[in-house]
Amino acid sequence: MKIGVFICYCGENIGRTVDCAKVAQVAATFPGVEHSEDYKYMCSDPGQNLIKQAIREKNLDAIVVGSCSPHMHEKTFRKAAASAGVNPYLVEIANLREHCSWIHENVEEATAKAIDLVRIAVEKVKFNEPLTPIRVPVTKRALVIGGGISGIQAALDIANAGYPVTLVEKEPSIGGHMSQLSETFPTLDCSQCILTPRMVEVYQHPNIHLMTYSEVEKVEGFIGNFKVTIRQKARSVNAELCTGCGLCMQSCPIKKKAFSEFDEGLAMRPAMYVPFPQAVPNIPVIDRDVCTYFKTGKCMMCQKVCGRQAVDFEQKDTFITEEIGSIIVATGYKLYSIDKKPEDSFIKGYGEYGYGKYKDVVNGLQFERIASASGPTSGEILRPSDKKEPKKIVFIQCVGSRDESKGFSYCSKICCMYTAKHAMLYKHKVHDGEAYVFYMDIRAGGKMYEEFVRRAIEEDGVKYIRGRVSRIYEENGKYIVKGEDTLAGVPVTIDADMVVLATAMMAQTEAPQLAQMLGVPYDKYGFLAEVHPKLRPVETSTGGIFLAGACHSPRDIPESVAMASAAAAKAMVLFGSDMLEREPIVAKVNAGTCAGCLYCKKVCAYNAIEVKEIRNRQGELVKVVAYVNEGLCQGCGTCNATCPSKSIELIGFKDEQIFSEIHALADMY
Amino acid sequence: MDEQKEWQPKIICFVCNWCTYTGADLAGTSRLKQQTNARLIRVPCTGRIDPVFILKAFEAGADGVLVSGCHPGDCHYNAGNYHARRRCIFFTELLNFVGIDNTRLHFSWVSASEGKKWVDIVDGVTNKVREVGPFRDYHKLNMVDPILLQHDEVAIDHV
Repeated sequence: MKIGVFICYCGENIGRTVDCAKVAQVAATFPGVEHSEDYKYMCSDPGQNLIKQAIREKNLDAIVVGSCSPHMHEKTFRKAAASAGVNPYLVEIANLREHCSWIHENVEEATAKAIDLVRIAVEKVKFNEPLTPIRVPVTKRALVIGGGISGIQAALDIANAGYPVTLVEKEPSIGGHMSQLSETFPTLDCSQCILTPRMVEVYQHPNIHLMTYSEVEKVEGFIGNFKVTIRQKARSVNAELCTGCGLCMQSCPIKKKAFSEFDEGLAMRPAMYVPFPQAVPNIPVIDRDVCTYFKTGKCMMCQKVCGRQAVDFEQKDTFITEEIGSIIVATGYKLYSIDKKPEDSFIKGYGEYGYGKYKDVVNGLQFERIASASGPTSGEILRPSDKKEPKKIVFIQCVGSRDESKGFSYCSKICCMYTAKHAMLYKHKVHDGEAYVFYMDIRAGGKMYEEFVRRAIEEDGVKYIRGRVSRIYEENGKYIVKGEDTLAGVPVTIDADMVVLATAMMAQTEAPQLAQMLGVPYDKYGFLAEVHPKLRPVETSTGGIFLAGACHSPRDIPESVAMASAAAAKAMVLFGSDMLEREPIVAKVNAGTCAGCLYCKKVCAYNAIEVKEIRNRQGELVKVVAYVNEGLCQGCGTCNATCPSKSIELIGFKDEQIFSEIHALADMY
Repeated sequence: MDEQKEWQPKIICFVCNWCTYTGADLAGTSRLKQQTNARLIRVPCTGRIDPVFILKAFEAGADGVLVSGCHPGDCHYNAGNYHARRRCIFFTELLNFVGIDNTRLHFSWVSASEGKKWVDIVDGVTNKVREVGPFRDYHKLNMVDPILLQHDEVAIDHV
């Protein structure tokens, strides 16, 4: 086998710490290496041309490139080799940048390590085989998990392109947090006014199969060929018969037992309820935890008044399995709020703000409900404890965000903007009210955002104080807010009637669970991980699964909408052709040596191993062996490590390849 | 060969492509400096790792071996890291029985976002192995039969 070695300087990135010329020189002495050279930028057109030229001139069979991580340019060099006639799988990458030059300083040691890494790749490629990609059919149907603004946008984009979409939402209605907002920055558009037309469009779209009050239960399969099981929870109402007249809700006697989730605990709702009047679909749900019938077998008022006999107390959860080609995760965020038991709360602390103790110390979403025309106070700014109009409100930013000691270290991005918005809304409604904002910084980086905050200060007279609040306590019916004005260098005390905390934007509690179900990585906060933060922000490392919106990281509505459209575009790339090409790194069985113990079948996580009968010409059974379904095999190699006779091998990572990589290091130092 | 140079431990690491390899990439992108003793061998999943690889690594002269994969529950291939964990538990017992210091074999779970953690682990393992000293016994055993080694080289040249 004739091997070509190409060492890249990557400008200064590798060249500054690794002596690339020396690496190329030493590589030239390795047995099997026919050609070895170095170049400033191997991935560039001239760089790739050097590779193609060397292949043609020296009849190379395989190439090794010492460069950045294979995650960056393995595909690039595979394509380059292929265009010069070398099978793309006879290409190995030595990671001299992320794993060498960028993490070391000593040039001598880094160069010695680089030489070892190149040698590992050279020895491995000697045992590589030419491979062709596997082609599998694609199911041209998308699944969108989450029916907030991101999920709605993604679903509409895909549906309008002509492809069928299933949209799954766990709440009884779509709309997400955006439906709870009163107005949106920076336009002060009425949130529901701009959202509900989209919600209706989703409901009426012939290409969208909307499943509300449903959750994803299981995900099997792989890109282009997922099989998703969805649990449709029992509403206790037959959706086919219900007209949304609302008589059942009006007649429900249990009006004061349950806190309305939509109103963030500021109002009560009946046992038979719809989360908000503009809910889509407008079909109510029975909260079986508080419903009298489910507790004692009595009442049944709703069933009595329903003219369509749509109430069905016997209804059970149903499971529906769908064939899906690509999945978009748009499960959104959760705002940090004090749970019923503060000690169970993820963020411990802020007790010093009286959060959870004083009714009038509320979070951002609660203030949205107070300000909202359809909220518990019909849009009048009235404080929760005594429904009096507060004349002084203090807004505190960064509660739980940018706080390493007892919160999250990240910035929640939207709070500076919505706090300015809240203060403006308050001033618009209570003309003689005073609004104070305690801030650390003002982050208003979007279009018209900075101007918006300026408006709050200059036109609406909101007073901004740079400093943190150390304590809030109640005295004589007022909330004494003790803070600091760092610009003036003085402590500040304000006797407020109400306090609004801009609490942190968090990942949903069940996000890690969903991520594990999908096989998508997530970080320590529960936010789902993208492949590359700069260049591939909507893709996950699991092929066919994309991210949209705040489930990825804190973001506002325009960014969520943009990201949703981006994810939809990525999802539709798969639908562009009937067949999908998959990496041929799959397992293969040598039926000659296989004893049919089927241990491999036991450990395969994808049920990709089948049993095959080997018969002689007379049709008599000779033996039973394992057989790999290439369409299902994902190439993990667990079977290979398990097989006692090594009759099943992972092509691309066979024992001989890995042994040769290890042997390559035998002459280290 | 520079005999006068201070002995440096040789650490061979078997890392899974999706989590640890990517985490190590992140350490690189973040320019987090670490010791130069580790050599990484990429596998698609720690489930691919046969305990024989660990033996071969010692045979090749490694003073320490590190196996690192995704956190339990997060394996890109669902369950590969569980298989790796079980194999490694048994294998560690076996090595112990045979008299090989457990300080030479390490396992870790490093996710794709844990660049700093990877650096801490590599440096930690390097330091621990430096303390127990060079592991020459197995390597010497391998060198005793040069005929076998020659056979290997012939096989490689033939390709």
